[in-house]
Amino acid sequence: MNYFDIIFYLFAIITVVSAFIVVTTRNIVYSAYSLLLTLFGISGIYVLLGADFLAVVQIMVYVGGILILLLFGVMLTNKITSVDIRTGTIHLLPAAVGSGILLGILWAVMTWTDWKTYDTQIPSTTIFGLGKILITNYVLIFELLALLLLIALIGAASIARREETEENN
Amino acid sequence: MHVGLTHFLIVSAILFTLGIYGIVTRKNAVMVLMGIELILNAANINFVAFARYGNFGLGGQVIALFIIILAAAEAAIALAIVLNIYKTFSNVNVDEIDKLKE
Repeated sequence: MNYFDIIFYLFAIITVVSAFIVVTTRNIVYSAYSLLLTLFGISGIYVLLGADFLAVVQIMVYVGGILILLLFGVMLTNKITSVDIRTGTIHLLPAAVGSGILLGILWAVMTWTDWKTYDTQIPSTTIFGLGKILITNYVLIFELLALLLLIALIGAASIARREETEENN
Repeated sequence: MHVGLTHFLIVSAILFTLGIYGIVTRKNAVMVLMGIELILNAANINFVAFARYGNFGLGGQVIALFIIILAAAEAAIALAIVLNIYKTFSNVNVDEIDKLKE
């Protein structure tokens, strides 16, 4: 067991345990903060897989953007005065059985399949390669995603403001 | 046993299953969104793991980058919809909201 294995198990345990807390705790704010740990753990796994740029993007976009957005969602959709923000749960037992079976199937497939792996050398940095491939092979998707982000920005703003403009009219 | 591709895939499978469990059991719409984020991250781990252990170059990492961008757009739109639902129905429990308008 070398350092790579130890660090992998550390990040894997952080990720899985905090993801488990996300879906089981009844307090939504605790869930959101556990999601923070999960996202950091996944970022560490990206580093272990040699994806340094992706790990930084994960922290910047997920932790800095999406998680803050989710926390805003939690705060804005609950009464501010209620201290404990709780969420109800439904179908606990069927969901547990169903997702247990799903996990069993996935685990068996992942373990039994004879994956053909190449032990390629991890490049010291992926930024150069990613930048080059983004504006050559994937340039169409890249530009379309830029357009999609613009549309999502305008759409989200207009959906969230709709009620107010109707009142003004 | 040395850590290889299978270990990363199993972490991803666990995250995916937990995401499904969260989506199915939670009533609060924001919690459902958190489950979706878990599932998207599980898919991302798979892409990056295959990019590392396969022989495909950086394609997998680029797709993972695109998924992160899509997740950001999805979260923004979904939270705008959730806020609108809250304004209309005064709660965001997905099992109680079964009408498109008041």
